[in-house]
Amino acid sequence: MTSPTEPVLSVRDLSIVFDTRHGPLRAVDGITFDLAKGEILGMVGESGAGKSLTGTAITGLLERPGRIDRGEIHFEGQRIDTLSAEEMRRLRGRKIGAIFQDPLTSLNPLMTVGQQLIQTIRTHLRLSPSAARRRAIEFLAEVGIPAPDTRVDQYPHEFSGGMRQRVVIALALCAEPSLVIADEPTTALDVSIQAQILDLLKKICREHGAAVILVTHDMGVIAETADRVAVMYAGNVVEIGPVAKVVGDPHHPYAQGLMQSIPRVGSEVRRLTQIEGAMPRLTDMPGGCAFHPRCPRATAECRATRPVTLPVEGGEVACHLYQGEPA
Amino acid sequence: MTDNATAPLLSLRDLTKTFDLSPPLLNRVIERKGKQYLRAVDGLDFDIPRGQTFSLVGESGCGKSTVAKLVVGLHKATSGEIRFDGTDLTARAAAERGDFRKRIQMIFQDPYASLNPRWRVRDIIAEPLRSFGITSSKDEERAEVGRLLEMVGLSARDGEKFPHEFSGGQRQRISIARAISSKPEFLVCDEPTSALDVSVQSQVLNLMRDLQDELGLTYLFISHDLAVVDFMSNYVGVMYLGRLVEAGPVKQIFTAPEHPYTRLLMDTVPDINMGRREQPLAVGEVPNPINPPSGCAFHPRCPLANETCRQLSPELVARGAGKMVACHAAPEDGSQARAPATPTGQQGLGEGAV
Amino acid sequence: MALDAHPKPRLKAFVQSDLFYSFRTSYVTVAATLVALFIIAAAFLAPWIAPHNPFDVSTLSLWDSELPPAWAEDGDPRFLLGTDNQGRDVLSAILYGSRISLAVGFVSVALAMAIGIVVGLISGYFGGAIDAFFMRIADVMLSFPTILVALLVSGIVRGILPREMHDNAALVVLVFAITITTWVQYARTVRSSTMVERSREYVYAAQLVGRRPFAILFSHILPNVMGPVLVIATINLAMAILIEATLSFLGVGMPPTNPSLGTLIRVGNEYLFSGIWWVVIFPSLTLVTLVLAVNLLGDWLRDALNPKLR
Repeated sequence: MTSPTEPVLSVRDLSIVFDTRHGPLRAVDGITFDLAKGEILGMVGESGAGKSLTGTAITGLLERPGRIDRGEIHFEGQRIDTLSAEEMRRLRGRKIGAIFQDPLTSLNPLMTVGQQLIQTIRTHLRLSPSAARRRAIEFLAEVGIPAPDTRVDQYPHEFSGGMRQRVVIALALCAEPSLVIADEPTTALDVSIQAQILDLLKKICREHGAAVILVTHDMGVIAETADRVAVMYAGNVVEIGPVAKVVGDPHHPYAQGLMQSIPRVGSEVRRLTQIEGAMPRLTDMPGGCAFHPRCPRATAECRATRPVTLPVEGGEVACHLYQGEPA
Repeated sequence: MTDNATAPLLSLRDLTKTFDLSPPLLNRVIERKGKQYLRAVDGLDFDIPRGQTFSLVGESGCGKSTVAKLVVGLHKATSGEIRFDGTDLTARAAAERGDFRKRIQMIFQDPYASLNPRWRVRDIIAEPLRSFGITSSKDEERAEVGRLLEMVGLSARDGEKFPHEFSGGQRQRISIARAISSKPEFLVCDEPTSALDVSVQSQVLNLMRDLQDELGLTYLFISHDLAVVDFMSNYVGVMYLGRLVEAGPVKQIFTAPEHPYTRLLMDTVPDINMGRREQPLAVGEVPNPINPPSGCAFHPRCPLANETCRQLSPELVARGAGKMVACHAAPEDGSQARAPATPTGQQGLGEGAV
Repeated sequence: MALDAHPKPRLKAFVQSDLFYSFRTSYVTVAATLVALFIIAAAFLAPWIAPHNPFDVSTLSLWDSELPPAWAEDGDPRFLLGTDNQGRDVLSAILYGSRISLAVGFVSVALAMAIGIVVGLISGYFGGAIDAFFMRIADVMLSFPTILVALLVSGIVRGILPREMHDNAALVVLVFAITITTWVQYARTVRSSTMVERSREYVYAAQLVGRRPFAILFSHILPNVMGPVLVIATINLAMAILIEATLSFLGVGMPPTNPSLGTLIRVGNEYLFSGIWWVVIFPSLTLVTLVLAVNLLGDWLRDALNPKLR
């Protein structure tokens, strides 16, 4: 991971467990990745793979019974997983912004859109009320809300779903963060608006220099929006690399199965490729490589030992099949 | 009716469903509001031939789920006709359909809400068997439930478990087992894989295709996912705000879409092929179905909209290669007689030129 | 995909469940449940375990009256908690009295629950005019305080029936008054749960296979709305016992010839200032302990069944 500038976010061996009466259950098992300044990293995987949990841990919103068991998170050179709640709160909103799935619940229904923007702006930047209001209107215009000077005083319920999500994006970016965590930002929206919102997200993050972690289960969204993608399975990052490579010609058998099982318009197959079985539950994690029960190429080593992450062209993969391959 | 050797299994004519969403009388008097109606489905026309799959695609508010419920009888149509294997079922809600209930069944979208969490799986699957009197003894019932579970890729022992012990994909399989237990000919599938993860989706879709071949099923498949529709269907109808805007064989529609909304859908769906898109063809969002735009419902978002579009709602018109399109502005060719979308492209009892 | 090879039998599954775990790890709840069960069992077995029969006049003797508890001086070991002014054993009176109090409590809760569930299911499922009708009745019922209704009904009944039957009617009057004012709570909660469940897809599936509405209500929807009902029932049990005690204390409940705990408290109250404290204190303690235990159990149940807290 040699980059000329220091990465905005650096996650090392992050591990998250849930304390239950059956003992601690490991939901994220030692993941490692970097995020460069202004980069869009997609985290893709099925429900329960741990991608949302990773985003939650980075923003410091992980709640009991979940906790970070080991590992480190470094943000702009500073270690943040050990910060106090108050310090983390100050960091959130100012330096780290968040966009969640449901625009209905992300906005406070009792405050106007302008009030929420202004509140965030003034909490993190030293601006007078009128300067903050002007900035709020500018942001609304930037995210494509028509007539922003009137709409700034409207309540969330007066906006449509897509418009609300634009407001949420404005809210996430108005304090000029260097990192934005977007968790399924378009899943709840109509298909024809998804493209608009993704385009907006890309554009505005580039312009404001914010790096993005885009968490989703939709490969199409990743393919259109991200620079690099990390594929997660059962709490592990099984493959990470440039989007074109991972989507077009993945290394890891799970990633391969995933890409092949997605139907595409125009392909004339009688049967879709399917990966047999299902992702294991936290209580039933197999030993060795978490994917081995479903892997068509599993070996004895896969059943016995957990694979290490190894470099491959442009990225990394965690699979025994690639040991001994040149980087 | 088309006079054909292979008459369609399901036939919809001018199907309309209007919901009365008016506030209560007292509110209307005090606040001086008028009555409010929602035209969820507006004059739908299509046929589904036996053994084939017809998909309805569209976004939220287009009415496709309402169509599903109308076909199975969970809603009563406001006007129009639903014909199943030649019999007019329009006036009959689900409870009044007698034998036809066995022949038409449904698979639902939400794998968590479609199975009663307090019932064991074997009782869930056996309910149609008991209600229709298909099996006559406990042993017969148990054997049949076991057979159905194996047919959908689960084990007979799974009957003793409760739904929460299964994953989303497995629950959909249980739903499918329940739906085919009465040996139906026709299945309405309301977004059966939308709530599932991608790698599980392929398993369920494959299962549905296999069952279709094995049991000779006919599907009405509702979805918003064009790729899934392409895989599953022979025919597709695109809906927008209650109307069918384009319909026909799936290959023709997806290789050469004619209606601007279809083209918008195909262009803007985030696609794993990362086809470098041109600018989206239209902007804005789906309008509120309670107050639809005048004339053609799509005109506020349509790059081709002209004056006729604002005034007059277009009718479905045959466009060659079996396609039907409802659009004033898209380039035309071919005849203009109003006809339902049948696979043979045959003209039905048309009502003259538009 | 490691599913259980053999599904667990019901009892084992319950013992290992999260619900039972949350029960046995809460010492307060376990203690409360044991206390409540103890009192209930003792009350149920009263005819067999009570040392005396306080209502059999032939066994009473005025020589035994106003004796203090056995451990005090002048106490008599035959009468563990002392006697009242007629020579009745306080301990036995408490056992029989608890029996009445609990009987009234359980029966009125059971009846209210039955009525409330049926009304709630029908209201929530069919909606429209039926719903409006039942809810208006419910609104009217809610505006009557239970005590007032009991007084009213009691007065009417006493006016109608001949004197000898007054005492026998007391039990029925009490159960009737409590039932008629508390069924509404069950109806309301069942109604709103039913309205939620009604639009779930498993109900549609049942309709599509031709199940009739009442079959759907009782076999599909009822099991899914019982959770909050059990919580209300537990807390209402405590309340019903208290209401009965209050009514008896006021003199419109159980008569002294067949006293409940409330009646005992009333009777004993009159002797408090002459120094005969044991006749009122022990029944009061029993009442308080019983109600507290049931309330604690109800508290745990509410938290345990709340999906958001799980």
